[in-house]
Amino acid sequence: MADIDLKTAPADFRFPTTNQTRHCFTRYIEFHRCIAAKGEESGDCEKFAKYYRSLCPGEWVDKWNEQRESGNFPGPL
Amino acid sequence: MMQGIIDLHHDIFFFLILILVFVSRILVRALWHFHYKKNPIPQRIVHGTTIEILRTIFPSIIPMFIAIPSFALLYSMDEVVVDPAITIKAIGHQWYRTYEYSDYNSSDEQSLTFDSYTIPEDDLELGQSRLLEVDNRVVVPAKTHLRILVTSADVPHSWAVPSLGVKCDAVPGRLNQISISVQREGVYYGQCSEICGTNHAFSIVVEAVPRKDYGSRVSNQLIPQSGEA
Repeated sequence: MADIDLKTAPADFRFPTTNQTRHCFTRYIEFHRCIAAKGEESGDCEKFAKYYRSLCPGEWVDKWNEQRESGNFPGPL
Repeated sequence: MMQGIIDLHHDIFFFLILILVFVSRILVRALWHFHYKKNPIPQRIVHGTTIEILRTIFPSIIPMFIAIPSFALLYSMDEVVVDPAITIKAIGHQWYRTYEYSDYNSSDEQSLTFDSYTIPEDDLELGQSRLLEVDNRVVVPAKTHLRILVTSADVPHSWAVPSLGVKCDAVPGRLNQISISVQREGVYYGQCSEICGTNHAFSIVVEAVPRKDYGSRVSNQLIPQSGEA
């Protein structure tokens, strides 16, 4: 794996400022809405997953995953 | 970004030297010509319209010439013009940093995460800088657009590397983005810049490697380390 492709979540015009907290949260929600709409099998949602994994600290993702499982996730899914 | 800061410094220095030379000349000239032995009876000028106008206009124009490039730089530093090639998350803890390279993850499991601790004074080897070296450096490719996302897990920290022109507060619950592009390969040092407790002086070390070496550095060096942890 010496040649890895340097690729990450692109700059998003919705979040042009230094504060990227919403960017991460929005990408996380977009992924789960995509899964809800298209189902797990469709490969279209994978890019959103890549984006939120690039942007969100692992600790936050773990916390949100837990909250989704227990049904108290504070966002529109 | 760093180049912009250096250029602004040079721009401002032009005005600074101009003013210094002018003021020194006036001062020395006044001391010379109005010495009490040479000129025992002082002239009594109470008003001069021309000089009043000149010394009002020029000092108000000069700050404008300084402000224009300064604001241009200030606002351009915030803007992300191009899509970054990699994202690195720097998470401040008391008192170490966790770095996450998550661009290559295929699940929510973190694969490239490591902690970076300052080397204690007793463990330093000859030639290492006291309170500056860390055990795991942040490896980044040179001449590449990087996105650094800075946050904290406990108290406010800061991620500052002066040679790269970067200083960004790490606030719990908030992600701050900075874009940098390291122009030369090398090792860059920084320290925390927000009072965060006893070991506030914990350090940040960025190592820029050639882009072609980055892949192997990341896959060979960082994966085994995170595997041990």
